[in-house]
Amino acid sequence: MTGARTVVRRGGLYSILSIFAIFSTFPFYWMVIATFKRDHDLFSPTNNPFLFNEPPTMDHLRLLIFETHFLTYLLNTFLVGIAVVAITLAVAVPAAYSLARWARGWGEMFGIGIFLTYLVPPTILFIPLSRFASVLGLQESLWSLILIYPTFTIPFCTWLLMGFFKTIPRDIEEQAMIDGLSRLGAMVKVVLPLAVSGILTIIVFAFTLSMHEFIYALTFISVSAHKTVSIGVPTELVRGDVFQWGPLMAGALLASIPVAVVYTFFLDRFIAGFTMGAVK
Amino acid sequence: MANLEIQHLSKLFGEVKAVDDVNILTTEGEFLVLLGPSGCGKTTLLRMIAGIEAPTSGDIIINGQAVTHLPPRVRNIAMVFQSYALYPHMTVFKNIAFPLRTRGVDRAKIRQKVEWASGMFGIGHLLDRKPRELSGGERQRVALARAIVREPSVFLLDEPLSNLDAILRASAREELRQFQKRLGVTTVYVTHDQVEAMGLGDRIVVMSQGRVRQAGTPSEIYQWPADTFVATFVGSPPMNLIEQGDVLLGFRPETFLPAGFIRDSPEVVTYPFQVTWIEYLGAERLVYGDIGEKCCARHVVSRLPGNISLTIEAGQTYPFTVLKQDIRYFDRSSGLLTDKGRI
Amino acid sequence: MRGETSITGSGIRDRADLLARFMIAPAVLYITAMIGFPFIFAILYSLSDATTGDPSLHLIGFGNFRAVLADPVFRISLKNTFIFAFVSQTLVIVLSRILATALMAEFRGKWIIRFLVMLPWTAPISLGTIGWLWMFDSIFSPIDWIFRYTGLLGTPGALLGPMQNLYWLGEPALAMISVITVHIWRLLPLATVIQLAGLSSIPRDLLEAAEVDGARAWRRTLEITIPLTLPIISIAFLFGLVFTFTDMTVVYVLTRGGPIHMTQVLSTWTFFKGIEGGDLAQGAAVSLFMFPVLAGIAALVLRLARRSEVV
Repeated sequence: MTGARTVVRRGGLYSILSIFAIFSTFPFYWMVIATFKRDHDLFSPTNNPFLFNEPPTMDHLRLLIFETHFLTYLLNTFLVGIAVVAITLAVAVPAAYSLARWARGWGEMFGIGIFLTYLVPPTILFIPLSRFASVLGLQESLWSLILIYPTFTIPFCTWLLMGFFKTIPRDIEEQAMIDGLSRLGAMVKVVLPLAVSGILTIIVFAFTLSMHEFIYALTFISVSAHKTVSIGVPTELVRGDVFQWGPLMAGALLASIPVAVVYTFFLDRFIAGFTMGAVK
Repeated sequence: MANLEIQHLSKLFGEVKAVDDVNILTTEGEFLVLLGPSGCGKTTLLRMIAGIEAPTSGDIIINGQAVTHLPPRVRNIAMVFQSYALYPHMTVFKNIAFPLRTRGVDRAKIRQKVEWASGMFGIGHLLDRKPRELSGGERQRVALARAIVREPSVFLLDEPLSNLDAILRASAREELRQFQKRLGVTTVYVTHDQVEAMGLGDRIVVMSQGRVRQAGTPSEIYQWPADTFVATFVGSPPMNLIEQGDVLLGFRPETFLPAGFIRDSPEVVTYPFQVTWIEYLGAERLVYGDIGEKCCARHVVSRLPGNISLTIEAGQTYPFTVLKQDIRYFDRSSGLLTDKGRI
Repeated sequence: MRGETSITGSGIRDRADLLARFMIAPAVLYITAMIGFPFIFAILYSLSDATTGDPSLHLIGFGNFRAVLADPVFRISLKNTFIFAFVSQTLVIVLSRILATALMAEFRGKWIIRFLVMLPWTAPISLGTIGWLWMFDSIFSPIDWIFRYTGLLGTPGALLGPMQNLYWLGEPALAMISVITVHIWRLLPLATVIQLAGLSSIPRDLLEAAEVDGARAWRRTLEITIPLTLPIISIAFLFGLVFTFTDMTVVYVLTRGGPIHMTQVLSTWTFFKGIEGGDLAQGAAVSLFMFPVLAGIAALVLRLARRSEVV
């Protein structure tokens, strides 16, 4: 391969990567700029939208944090997330272990059954579930979300963890039992510590999934102070027909980026689990 | 005319010299073995001959044509990978036919050649199967059939027997050699197994750390190793080496025998051999022990043929002798064979 | 499969079979209660005349389905749901393949490119879509600004027209394109990662052997890479289909189904009819039309997953 051909190849590679990177980041770049742009600058169609034509301002951030319920939304989202993670762990870890170790006839069936739950999406379930919530007196309450969200975290997390547990050799548990532990003890004291990476992955995954969720939140909650960030930002930062773009973008930005950073770190593991289950 | 010529070939990965100024000249139809421990550069060298690795400097000449920077497909070489690299989604027939299809050979001719190649290896009945349905030995034959179907100038093999069970390996070795003789194709074979190398090669190129240590027939390599590396790498157990001044004395375990089994003459050197351990292996006994004073005892091995029934016990000391003509002298600092003692 | 013999004595902590059932029970119970039952109720509602005012279940037969099928907005929703899903995912597969191939190469700053490319997936859906709301704004769109700046828009005789703005969300065809764009934007990262996994799983040996056997780059791609990654490409496609098919968020935030219902999909129409409109029965009926397609997709995925033991 001659030098010239390599240069052309590299050039082509970087161009392609740049185009995709720009396409993906465009709206976020926008959010960053809009968060700090003065209204006057923002709402002038002739001004270059990619630069600060007037000096930046903290006004939108101030408005967002001090004059809206944004911080409450963050808190609500966080609380729901933690609770959902707890429920998911409590249910998915034993289920995944059970399926990974003892999957025979019905084990495999359950594995498939788990996958089949994704056939029934929130957009079919939210009508009956809204009635359930109302009957249980949970409408407008974060508890309705905490109760419902595990429906989409448990199946996938169980599947992911199953893959992890399968990679831990049976020998180790058998050795533990010879060394004096019961079967349950072997699982708790030996297998779980080895699956820490998998468990961390599903914690991150369950948390971000519940943070992203929109449909159920929109259906069950309309009282402003109880909203999560996912529905709060799009619905509350609109006065009538007028979008308050500055604070809106600020809110979107603040709630997206930290999650994205954490999620990206765990993406490799998540995909390993995803494709392990699918392509095996 | 030589078939494959390698001139001053080098490959650098960053600072590391994976292949360092290698020169090789083959004769037509030769079975050349590249032997060395892992990391010695033999596989990198093979890959450069194939064209899937670009050399940093030097030339590769096949049939008089310099192919150094040409892609694999114009070099008329064929390669068998250690993993066999069979296309898993294609049938055995399609696998073998692939090199012909890439060259636009017509369908009738393809069928004819595939049947010939598969017949050579006795896998004609497997043509409709997929690789995953085959045993290790069968897969290996498919890889070989795919390699010869084009009748290449040079045949490259990267440890093709290492994935087979030990029992299968020996018979596969024999078959491979016979088929190569029949076809008469120049072959370069990479292995780390010195038994395999000695059994298969017309000539062996011993490599270590990217450099050629010695190139020669199995007999030359074994009897007159060019340095201490070759001396200890080839032969199991390795050649005994003891220090004497600024030279190292080397002698093979089978030349080190109890006194009395070699006619006593000035051509012989005797050592008091303190035995520490004996392994009875049926056809032979390996006797481990020390020679020399307590302060600077050297650990050596003797290989006693099974039909010598002399009683040897651990803990005892016996006089053992070696013929002077069997001793090799290596320079202590460079490790190279010196001329002293050479007949 | 090793046989599991039950160990006598010691109680439940040792009995493998009991433990297994015990450990999987919470998951099974939860799923049955929170998915199984509501699903049955969804079917029941669709066969009833329930509203939020009077939510009792009086079964009335298939009347709702007839009414729904006669509704022109429903027909638009059905059509859109398919169009958005299939068009966006086909493009996603092609684009993600290109991106994945590019990401296979070694280059500096790989981690930051990865982070940027993953952003649309890792940020919450509604919030990412808000960014696009501005991109597509009728007056302030930066996209329009670029078009005006490069002369493609805003002057008489310009390629895209003499007006100052393209009404991305106001003009039916453009609105559909906008929704499809956001779907592509959001699902490209996931598809890329899946494709990367597929591409990385091809042993290097195979491609080198093909090169030695005389195959040029196009033949290697066509006869080796694509057939071997086909199972995983299909999985990426089907997963993407499911996500876009059932998505409500993007359409809701971007267009609310407008202009004049031209971008309605089954999910949003269900929401507007059933929750905002209070007609639980019809809402349920609309939503159930998604089910057969999803079932078909699931069957396909299962078959693929079983068949993909190629290597």
